Amino acid sequence: MSAASDVIIVGGGLMGSSAALFLRGHGLSVTLLETDLIGRQASGTNFGNVRRQGRPIHQLPLANRAIDIWRRSRELLGADVEYLQSGHIRVCYRERPELVGSMEDYADKARAEGLDLELLSGNALRDKFPFFGADVLAGSYSATDGHANPRLAAPAFARAAERLGAVIHEHTKIVDAQKIGEDFVVSAADGRTFRAPILLVTAGAWGNALSSQFGEPVPIVPRGPNMSVTEPVPYAILPAVGVMTPVEEETVYFRQVARGNIVLGGSTRGPSFPDQYRAYVEPQNTVSQLKHIRRLAPALGKLNIIRVWSGIEGYLPDSQPVMGPSATTSGLYYAFGFSGSGFQIGPGVGETMAEIIAKGATDIPIAPYTIGRFAKG
Amino acid sequence: MAEPRIIIVGAGPAGTRAAEACVQAGIRPIVLDEGRRDGGQIYRRQPDNFTRPYTKLYGTEAPRAQALHETFDGLNDRIDYCPETLVWNIADGHVRTATRTMESALPFDALLLCTGATDRLMPVKGWQFAGSYSLGGAQVALKSQAVSIGHKVVFMGSGPLLYLVASQYVQAGADVVAVLDTAPYSARIKALPDLLAVPSVLWNGVALTLALKRAGVMVRNSVKPLEILGDAADGVSGIRFRVGDGAEQMIACDAVAMGHHLRPETQLADLARCKFAFDPVTRQWLPERDGDGRSSIAGVYLAGDGAKILGARSAEASGRLTALAALGDLGLPVDKGEMASLRGDVGTYAKFARGLATAFPWPAEQAGALPDEAILCRCEGVTAGDLRAVMRETGAKEANRAKAFSRVGMGRCQGRYCGLAAAELIAAQAGIPVERVGRLRGQAPVKPINISIGDTDA
Repeated sequence: MSAASDVIIVGGGLMGSSAALFLRGHGLSVTLLETDLIGRQASGTNFGNVRRQGRPIHQLPLANRAIDIWRRSRELLGADVEYLQSGHIRVCYRERPELVGSMEDYADKARAEGLDLELLSGNALRDKFPFFGADVLAGSYSATDGHANPRLAAPAFARAAERLGAVIHEHTKIVDAQKIGEDFVVSAADGRTFRAPILLVTAGAWGNALSSQFGEPVPIVPRGPNMSVTEPVPYAILPAVGVMTPVEEETVYFRQVARGNIVLGGSTRGPSFPDQYRAYVEPQNTVSQLKHIRRLAPALGKLNIIRVWSGIEGYLPDSQPVMGPSATTSGLYYAFGFSGSGFQIGPGVGETMAEIIAKGATDIPIAPYTIGRFAKG
Repeated sequence: MAEPRIIIVGAGPAGTRAAEACVQAGIRPIVLDEGRRDGGQIYRRQPDNFTRPYTKLYGTEAPRAQALHETFDGLNDRIDYCPETLVWNIADGHVRTATRTMESALPFDALLLCTGATDRLMPVKGWQFAGSYSLGGAQVALKSQAVSIGHKVVFMGSGPLLYLVASQYVQAGADVVAVLDTAPYSARIKALPDLLAVPSVLWNGVALTLALKRAGVMVRNSVKPLEILGDAADGVSGIRFRVGDGAEQMIACDAVAMGHHLRPETQLADLARCKFAFDPVTRQWLPERDGDGRSSIAGVYLAGDGAKILGARSAEASGRLTALAALGDLGLPVDKGEMASLRGDVGTYAKFARGLATAFPWPAEQAGALPDEAILCRCEGVTAGDLRAVMRETGAKEANRAKAFSRVGMGRCQGRYCGLAAAELIAAQAGIPVERVGRLRGQAPVKPINISIGDTDA
């Protein structure tokens, strides 16, 4: 005897949890299945950037939809996920002056999509934010971006969905999914089965295991973010800060939470182990990250790191997610493989997927994310 | 074949005896230690320019302390000794060390973790006030710097260290107002058969208690701590407690030293990805090891109180035994007979340690009974009520989950001091056995490291 609902969602990260909430808003019954605990991997261990600037221009409508949800998250979720609209700055270094042109070009295009960015010279930046190092050449400031707490966000979406009637099963590892007649039958490792005419796969780095069962394998690679946090210090750094550079090691970022701790991320990504549900921070990556943080903001060099962590993220070769309907199977939908950039857009992804499932269409452009782009031949 | 690379972490009783065994086998080990000098915590050495004699510093254990220090001094030019060095991470067959801002990756064939222990603390309302110390902290102040933690000191908690440190304070001339033991006296009687395994240590303990009473120190059993009185500005001013179900009592004091026996420092074993198992006697998660100290990870060995609290004498034996096991595994000749005899010694101390756990039990129920306004996690200022509210709101009842939602154990100490009590509180609130709450996952760094680490110009 299998449990039945209108929609089964496999994967309880931010995408799946927010999709569950918005599907309930459309009146559909939802069963959300999660292998482990809600929001424990990519959704819970990422940097927490609620950042629109720097995303592909074609993604800004989705990011704008998401920012509306973040802004009303407290009322929507009945919980504080520590969302702060405290600004975001992207900077470039002296040896790459050509990036200033890229920033200007991006700002022009972003303005047309409703995202206002202010370009500042290095000195103007240092006047406003004295923690920047001498190597910083220029920056692009987005006053309406910010950050939130990833540990809290996905679970808060899931609890809100549950209050509206979504059924959530944690510790439910899915080993098989098939379409039998009009219904998808989804089987857990312990033998339970779940049945629904619609299946949404939001399984992050594990997404390929399910899409492959429907003849749509994707070349997803699991990796882990490289995160650190300092001891708490007086709250003084409002915006989240990141470096624009073509060199992966230089790509570091930081933000200060209201409690006072400064969260550091980036430089390199480590290996992760989806089969073991663990990702480890390589010590060399911590050392490399701290080196590049010192260059970006030398004053941080006096602080201590109290913890590092990682999680399991799914990366696709073009760094764009798979999002939208299946190309092979009606009633099947995907939203996974956000390639380390899913947190800000997460709630927008959930709302958009719910809209596509409930109404059959959306105004949000999702063509770049079709799973068909990985089809052979 | 190149000489095998053996790294020993810790220069206390276990680390010193392990290093000695390596040197005797013709190997030059690397010994990494956080301390400024060798000796570890129990046999902590005073700074170079201090001149107190051994008997004054170590009491009945003076001959052992002296022997250990002399052994270590004798190894000096046959080991690579790195004091003031933190091992902050382990990965891919290398330990990562930090000495101030210097960072190194050291490869090993065998890694012996002799990381020792810290106090196991049970929170009491008011324990965040200045003047609250752990028993170990109070002992370090005295042993290393020859200072007392206050003018009028109360010792509270349970375990042998409670009586040892209190009597060391009395001998040093401090005003010890009271020794408040949460364990009932009857527990000691029940533990007697196991405690008789090492009669000399048992006798030392009895003598300590008698000496305290002779010195006029108030000693109470079956104590239920209620509150450390004081305020943020002036610190500790007194203590409120009951004896059994008796009337509430109050004692004025300006410092409290507290602790309930010890907990092993297992973070490095965790980072080395060793398997852990729940120990129902001490209600702690401990790294698994075989009788000779082999962990579940090939090449990683565990000895002394850093693996399980069996005391300093056992640490000397297990340090040597584990080193012999490692040397044997590396293909060097070792004396099988000696190993068998060391195994027997460790077994005897294990029986004694089980007796101590029975005589001075961890008052798990005290965590569940903490009032809502009591601070549970001092680093993050999270109260018992905050954690309970988070559990009600989110349903979290797993240690890491509760940490993620409430910040309990998320601060500077990474749950080393509040984690065991938080697990008991979660278990009580959720009505589940504490082992089902799980344990906080170890994450690097083991202790805070500076962002300038690895900066060669710093």
